[in-house]
Amino acid sequence: MSTVKLTVNGKAVSVDVEDRTLLVHLLRENLNLTGTHVGCDTSQCGACVVHIDGRAVKSCTVLAGQAAGSNVTTIEGIAKGDELHPMQAAFRDNHGLQCGYCTPGMIMSAIDIVHRYGGELDETTVRHELEGNICRCTGYHNIVKAVLDAAGRMKVAQAAE
Amino acid sequence: MGIEGIGASVVRKEDRRFITGKGRYVDDIKLVGMTYAQFIRSPHAHAKVKSIDSSEALKKPGVIAVLTGQELVDDKIGNLICGWAITSKDGSPMKMGAWPAMAPETVRFVGQAVAVVIAETKNQARDAAEAVVVDYEELPAVSDIKAAIKPGAPQLHPEASGNVVYDWHLGDEAAVKDAFSKAANVVTLELTNNRLVPNAMEPRSAIADYDAAEEHFTLYTTSQNPHVARLVLSAFYNIAPEHKLRVIAPDVGGGFGSKIYIYPEEMVALWASKKVGRPVKWTGDRTEAFLTDAHGRDHVSKAELAFDKDNKILGLRVKTHANFGAYMSLFSSAVPTYLYATLLSGQYVIPAIYAEVIGVYTNTTPVDAYRGAGRPEASYLIERMMETAARQLKVDPTELRKKNFITQFPYQTPVIMTYDTGDFHASIDAAMKAIDYAGFPARKAKAKADGKLRGIGVSCYIEACGIAPSKAVGSLGAGVGLWESAEVRVNPVGTIEILTGSHSHGQGHETTFCQIIADRLGVPISQVSIVHGDTDKVQFGMGTYGSRSIAVGGAAIVKAMEKVEAKAKKIAAHALEASENDIVIENGEFKVTGTDKSIALPMVALAAYTAHNLPDGMEPGLKETAFYDPTNFTFPAGAYICELEVDPTTGKTSFVNFVAADDFGRLINPMIVAGQVHGGLAQGIGQALLESAVYDSNGQPVTASFMDYTMPRADDLPSFQISHTTTLCPGNPLGVKGCGEAGAIGASAAVINAITDAIGSNKLEMPATPDRVWHAIHG
Repeated sequence: MSTVKLTVNGKAVSVDVEDRTLLVHLLRENLNLTGTHVGCDTSQCGACVVHIDGRAVKSCTVLAGQAAGSNVTTIEGIAKGDELHPMQAAFRDNHGLQCGYCTPGMIMSAIDIVHRYGGELDETTVRHELEGNICRCTGYHNIVKAVLDAAGRMKVAQAAE
Repeated sequence: MGIEGIGASVVRKEDRRFITGKGRYVDDIKLVGMTYAQFIRSPHAHAKVKSIDSSEALKKPGVIAVLTGQELVDDKIGNLICGWAITSKDGSPMKMGAWPAMAPETVRFVGQAVAVVIAETKNQARDAAEAVVVDYEELPAVSDIKAAIKPGAPQLHPEASGNVVYDWHLGDEAAVKDAFSKAANVVTLELTNNRLVPNAMEPRSAIADYDAAEEHFTLYTTSQNPHVARLVLSAFYNIAPEHKLRVIAPDVGGGFGSKIYIYPEEMVALWASKKVGRPVKWTGDRTEAFLTDAHGRDHVSKAELAFDKDNKILGLRVKTHANFGAYMSLFSSAVPTYLYATLLSGQYVIPAIYAEVIGVYTNTTPVDAYRGAGRPEASYLIERMMETAARQLKVDPTELRKKNFITQFPYQTPVIMTYDTGDFHASIDAAMKAIDYAGFPARKAKAKADGKLRGIGVSCYIEACGIAPSKAVGSLGAGVGLWESAEVRVNPVGTIEILTGSHSHGQGHETTFCQIIADRLGVPISQVSIVHGDTDKVQFGMGTYGSRSIAVGGAAIVKAMEKVEAKAKKIAAHALEASENDIVIENGEFKVTGTDKSIALPMVALAAYTAHNLPDGMEPGLKETAFYDPTNFTFPAGAYICELEVDPTTGKTSFVNFVAADDFGRLINPMIVAGQVHGGLAQGIGQALLESAVYDSNGQPVTASFMDYTMPRADDLPSFQISHTTTLCPGNPLGVKGCGEAGAIGASAAVINAITDAIGSNKLEMPATPDRVWHAIHG
């Protein structure tokens, strides 16, 4: 057992976990942040994507101990109170989700994509960049639309800040 | 229709919880004192279980129990059932071997459970499972359909000689023979419909909680049909009587058929919960999903199509071998029979059809309904036949289809179905226009100049949704009725709760069903909520599969609403001192037509519950229930056209365009319908290009993770261009047909027809990987 100290969604936490515990299990089991999902055992599906120090990471590929001292953001931590993150709003407005299971990971990956490309995105780039996130419901059509829509919204929001 | 009524693309009510991480899936739930289950699964495709030694496992930290298949037998827990009885052509019933939830004697596929560890934590359960020693005696195994029916093949079940479950047929053999004797041309094709793994993104999960004081079980489970689960667990598996068993299916992360069935893990979790006296949770990992979720498709067929000298179809003869895997899953028997052969007429006038279907056991994971269930197999077969025929007869494939389209409705096919309505010319014309079919030869020539092989492929599908009526399906062997129930509760303050037996696991019922109410009453959808997925709340229901929710479940809501409205009008008329015949409902108010007198819904509801001033003899309250049993299936149909390019140097396929023109009858929420089409197309394209569950000849699965089984990803797919033509379904009060499976049914043939057109060779099986396409081009 080890004590892991990290910041999750802006709050400092200290958790005692077995050394083999993965970050996703720390989030789900110890912190009850069940918005981060597990969809596979091989780091393929991306349902578990969170941000570690601002970068999208598959939390099933990271030991909890490796995340010690870092700043983790999950799907529960991106809205400002009742105000949705532009990516969340774009997924809703473009019907970018159906069963909702892959959605948190998709949204977290998509935010990172927009950040990395500075909002300059096209369909081909979005499809390529989403390769690490599997959705079985939507055929990706509306997810791609949502990410492109959000890229525009985030640019506007950034300009306003 | 109003801004939230029928026909409006209302943004989904359920989305907020999903996009904020507040969905509540089974694995998100924790109960006080919860324990964890880990199954011990067979690594062999066929073996005798000689002994199970759990002594070391029981010494491991946190272990509470190790339970085996023999203990299930001792406790008289029932074997898994198949719910649709099929009769072979010789009149004999289908031949089924027993399927125990954990195998006490023989395992017949890799992944079949033999024992389960219950421990304090998931990791402790896993550690202990590794310490359970199972002594197996390996037996010869067979995984291929054709190999399984050869003399001398390994035999799976003593009940099924030669591994044949049934040898069934449908249609008129003599009439087909006569048609072929008169044929000017005969087209023959052998084709394989590849085995698929549904792979809903949420793995299956179950939490069982036994309350000893009440002798009552609660099961949280990833189910598309919690009431059916309760019925089967109670009536056949001897877990508990129905009134002592509550089944809750909360948010469920996709199903596609794979969450219809009641699996061994749920049964064992319930049984184990009573044995250990604590709640038991099991959540499968992805490998377990590959090994134990019911797979889909897996047909090998030979088809012959006879034409007269004018290229009119005279007859169709089909012989199909269907792989059922090692056991008969809940609805498996119906899939290659009544959900497949009954659709072989496609969109065409085919005077004579004869289909034979041989169901076969193999040492593989059981196969059952997966998105489309029999109809994709039928559609793929007939649409590849039509394209093949057009090439052989040297006519345009769209012209050949148009020449043979059914144009008069209702139309009785030779294979049971009576198509109620449709306009197949309208959908193919819409698709051809959308893709600029006329301009294709010029585009093909230009691609050729660029060194690319361009092809265009058409697929005109028809399918049958909302299996019904119950009496008819009962006469064909179904063990259940296929109606749906709804209850409408108008609360004293005028808010409305709709309790439905349908279950939403991505379909958006919480929005669509509210729109039906908004349309009828003129109230905002925020005033309406949908209650589903809990057998303690909803009296009964048949659940969601076969694209039935709107056509059957939605219609049941309408029927219940009609009763509510009739009573509410009486109350309003009494309050307004008017005749109930003069009451109309507009914008949430009951108005006396032609006057300015009105009473708002909340006041009518309050009057119903205060009961201070109701018409003489009227019962208080405003709540009604309806059970709706349709008179026929609905028949969604459409035309898909795919244009793509093949790189002859690599065999790689790239989409140029994919257009869909579907006729789903009336659309309640076009945005949600479009999403359903997109998702279905992705699964159909996945089957055509990427996906295949592969076993080696010893029954070892080669594709049991996302590393090996190619799921469609964003950069494998194009954006889709979809449109709709409309003929209203005459069989239900909404005029709706169902849209959940169409894409998966129609897409694969369009893709393969396009590739074979591009490469000029018809020798191509799914999935058309670059390797296969390259070999089809270069030999």
